[in-house]
Amino acid sequence: MAVDAEAQFHVLAVDDSLMDRKLIERLLKTSSFQVTTVDSGSKALEVLGLKEDQTSTPALSPEHNEIEVNLVITDYCMPGMTGYDLLKKIKESSSLKDIPVVIMSSENVPSRINRCLEEGAEEFFLKPVQLSDMRRLRPHILKGKHKEQQLHQEENSNTNHIIISSSNNNNMSNKRKAMDEEVLSERTRLRFSSSSLNVI
Amino acid sequence: MSLMALREQLNGLVNSMFLEGLLDDQFEQLQMLQDESSPGFIAELITLFCGDSERILAELTKLLDQAVVDYQKVDAFVHQLKGSSSSVGAQHVKLACVQFRQFCEEHNKEGCLCALNVVKHEYYLLRGKFDTMLQLEQRIQAYESKQQI
Repeated sequence: MAVDAEAQFHVLAVDDSLMDRKLIERLLKTSSFQVTTVDSGSKALEVLGLKEDQTSTPALSPEHNEIEVNLVITDYCMPGMTGYDLLKKIKESSSLKDIPVVIMSSENVPSRINRCLEEGAEEFFLKPVQLSDMRRLRPHILKGKHKEQQLHQEENSNTNHIIISSSNNNNMSNKRKAMDEEVLSERTRLRFSSSSLNVI
Repeated sequence: MSLMALREQLNGLVNSMFLEGLLDDQFEQLQMLQDESSPGFIAELITLFCGDSERILAELTKLLDQAVVDYQKVDAFVHQLKGSSSSVGAQHVKLACVQFRQFCEEHNKEGCLCALNVVKHEYYLLRGKFDTMLQLEQRIQAYESKQQI
């Protein structure tokens, strides 16, 4: 097997069904992701370092977080905290809001899909989730990472005028790549934003 | 039976299940996900599916036996069963669940009882074939591990 030179990203998968957890775990591992699965929204928040009633993680520097999660993929229909509730909590948290969230559901309900996308979900997968769906995850993770990188580079170039030209080049190529990925995810998002909301 | 004959039997069985519509594309997805690093993946999923299904069918039988039926609970169980049958590629069971939910929505007790029988029929038919499938797979894998030694 060839050595994978790309960074391994860590996905947190949330589903109350054991079968579906096994399935999503296999799908993610086959697609070279590191996986943690939990069976509820509240357990997911624990893994993310957030107690249910908190809005931000305790004041620790990022390096101190036990587990870095690059993407959360969650079932919509769960007892107690639904996937939508979990999505809201993540987006309302100052420390977690930039983590991309993908929602899964066995039912194609347009109002549900819209609600989730409006709340900040990157995508909505119809179950059963397939291998081809896994390819749509990386762009969302990379988009978030580029945002981070750009923020850092902007901070650096503000304090270091001498290096402006090279950091500008970096910014341009990052922006182009980020735009390409945005176009890609825009295209896929269109699958669920047309009025008929039919999955192609 | 030789390894080749076992493989032929297993392939024949799975193919016939696809042809009859007992299994759909999702099962093909599962086959793609099973490899040397996870040889027991399909067996595990099938075992979980059967355990879940039988538990749910027992609950449904009890619920529909009541004088006053709690359709919300019935629907919740059928929704679960529909989900797991969909995940494992059990097409006929899944379709039977879709029908069942219609009757639930209409609060049609007769319809629900009928639908439950259809689901049971489809499930046990599938379960028999799954049993054979897993037995064949086990024998094949035992052969293959012997060959590696």
